[in-house]
Amino acid sequence: MARLELHQVGKFYANFEAIKAVELTIEDREFVVFVGPSGCGKSTLLRMIAGLEEITSGDLVIDGVRANAIPPDKRGLAMVFQSYALYPHMTVAQNMGFALKMAGVAKAEIAEKVQAAARILQLDAVLSRRPRMLSGGQRQRVAIGRAIVRNPKGFLFDEPLSNLDAALRVQMRTELVKLHQDLAATMIYVTHDQVEAMTMADRIVVLNKGHVEQVGTPLELYRRPANLFVAGFIGSPRMNFFQGRAAQPANGGIALELAGGRTLQVPAPAGAVALGSPLTLGIRPEHLVLADAGPLGGQVDVIEHLGAETLLYVKDPTGGTIVVRTDDLARVRPGAAVSIALRPDRVSLFDDAGNAISHATPD
Amino acid sequence: MREQRASLPGSIIAWVVAFLMFFPILWMLITSFKTEAQAIANPPLIIFRPVLESFAAALSQSGYILFAENSIIISLVSTALAIAIAFPAAYSMAFQPGKRTQDMLVWMLSTKMLPPVGVLVPIYIICRDTGLLDTRTALVIVDMLMNLPIVVWMLFSFFRDIPKDILEAAHMDGAGPRRQMIYLLLPLASPGIASAALLAIILSWNEAFWSINLTASHAGTLAAYIARYSAPEGLFWAKLSAASVLAVAPILIFGSLAQRRLVRGLTAGAVK
Ligand SMILES: Nc1ncnc2c1ncn2[C@@H]1O[C@H](COP(=O)(O)OP(=O)(O)O)[C@@H](O)[C@H]1O
Ligand SMILES: [Mg+2]
Repeated sequence: MARLELHQVGKFYANFEAIKAVELTIEDREFVVFVGPSGCGKSTLLRMIAGLEEITSGDLVIDGVRANAIPPDKRGLAMVFQSYALYPHMTVAQNMGFALKMAGVAKAEIAEKVQAAARILQLDAVLSRRPRMLSGGQRQRVAIGRAIVRNPKGFLFDEPLSNLDAALRVQMRTELVKLHQDLAATMIYVTHDQVEAMTMADRIVVLNKGHVEQVGTPLELYRRPANLFVAGFIGSPRMNFFQGRAAQPANGGIALELAGGRTLQVPAPAGAVALGSPLTLGIRPEHLVLADAGPLGGQVDVIEHLGAETLLYVKDPTGGTIVVRTDDLARVRPGAAVSIALRPDRVSLFDDAGNAISHATPD
Repeated sequence: MREQRASLPGSIIAWVVAFLMFFPILWMLITSFKTEAQAIANPPLIIFRPVLESFAAALSQSGYILFAENSIIISLVSTALAIAIAFPAAYSMAFQPGKRTQDMLVWMLSTKMLPPVGVLVPIYIICRDTGLLDTRTALVIVDMLMNLPIVVWMLFSFFRDIPKDILEAAHMDGAGPRRQMIYLLLPLASPGIASAALLAIILSWNEAFWSINLTASHAGTLAAYIARYSAPEGLFWAKLSAASVLAVAPILIFGSLAQRRLVRGLTAGAVK
């Protein structure tokens, strides 16, 4: 049982405000991912929850108890570090049993629990080895095993997979999700990789420059990003953005005048947009289609064949690049001119400040 | 990769220089096996029948055993004290550095640049007034203080190589600062502690200035023991050489046994 509440939590390093008034509730047994670019404060926030970093302002509440001043080992949380932070002079078994030893648990019981965790993580064969003699993936498992053995209320992961090669990373991703289901514990997972966030999270917290940009399920963030930052950060390849100006309203929407004189008809809730105001239109690559006479277009620059789908990088006459995800390969050659239409029911509009005005996408 | 081979002239020059540097020690060793008459013979004798007369004299007349005992006790105790004081100091400098930690480290090292004779008078007077003149206690304290900066520096650089993450992980696992020291820092830094201790023992053993100036017949170390031979009775080359060999031999043997460990400790940071 671990329900975490963060109320207006902030962090100053001297004069630098690393975390700004974070308001967040993490439910028991939830898998929450903190995602954001490097340096946005993910680790700082996680370390404040762990108790390794002092909370400058606000309250951290764990299971109804204010925890700001509770030392790290008394919070019932276990942490897996990016560097693994294994004890180099101890064997795998000693590493995994260290917390229990510190807690004064009997030797036989420690051995039993270490065995059990080792079985789950397939570490049985290496229990008597030192970390130095393990592969990267095995070290990673030991770090996770060390956390599991403690049977904590909650797990904190700080970019735990970033030192693994791509194949292993994908495999460990699935294993961690499975582990979450088996252990039924609260997990907070930090990553800069939005793919990891999308594939693992129950809920994602998008951080940017120390503040929360949006909290939501992966699909909520994907379909209805709260602002341009989230829209651009979640999803790969990135959402396409077009800047323009709202012209006269037209049958349930507006006409958007793009740079270069083109006009797009896009749906917008009545009265949401003032005429003449600058807007950004966002649309994901899979919601653009090759058409005979679409409102957008340009010259095909690069074609990426991914097998199940193909990505086209099209040079927009105004200078940008439009990315189209398609499986229609008949008419495209590098250098060919293509015409592109957009699915009006998938368009998002953002105001001048970058905040979402409307999403045509249903929930 | 092409193997680097020393050129012949280079090798010859290196051997000649090495021999010139080593020659005084070799000559001392040779002289220690001569009689006093042979020792001052001109031209110097290269071929002679070695005798142990000078060693016997040095050992019997001058209480070599007492001086050796002093050297052993003073170097070991001062080193143990230096490590005991430097360990927590280096710990806090490495893991809880403040704004002035770097300055403090530099300042500590800078005290080593002060010529000891500059503080001879105050330290002599302090020892005199506290009744510590010619006691092992005085030398233990002085040697300890003398070696402290170096020991702190060495331990500091060893601690700095220990990733902070590991201590944080231990903290999450329920080990407070004291248990982190016992279960992590001591075992992880033990090669560093060992080489710092070896160095401190050697420096303390070889220390002559304070030993000569603060002790007489009771607490003198082997360095003072050698010095006595060159003093008022005139020069007895063979006995002086024998005494010097006796004073230097233990630390040379100790040093060569510990050499591998010392080198490993001193370069651990660089090759890790
Ligand atoms: N101990 C510290 N002292 C000063 N600034 C720090 C410290 N730790 C982190 N920061 C700063 O706080 C910001 C957030 O850091 P961090 O939480 O590590 O980012 P992330 O994990 O998202 O990459 C960064 O700008 C970083 O430079
Ligand atoms: Mg980080």
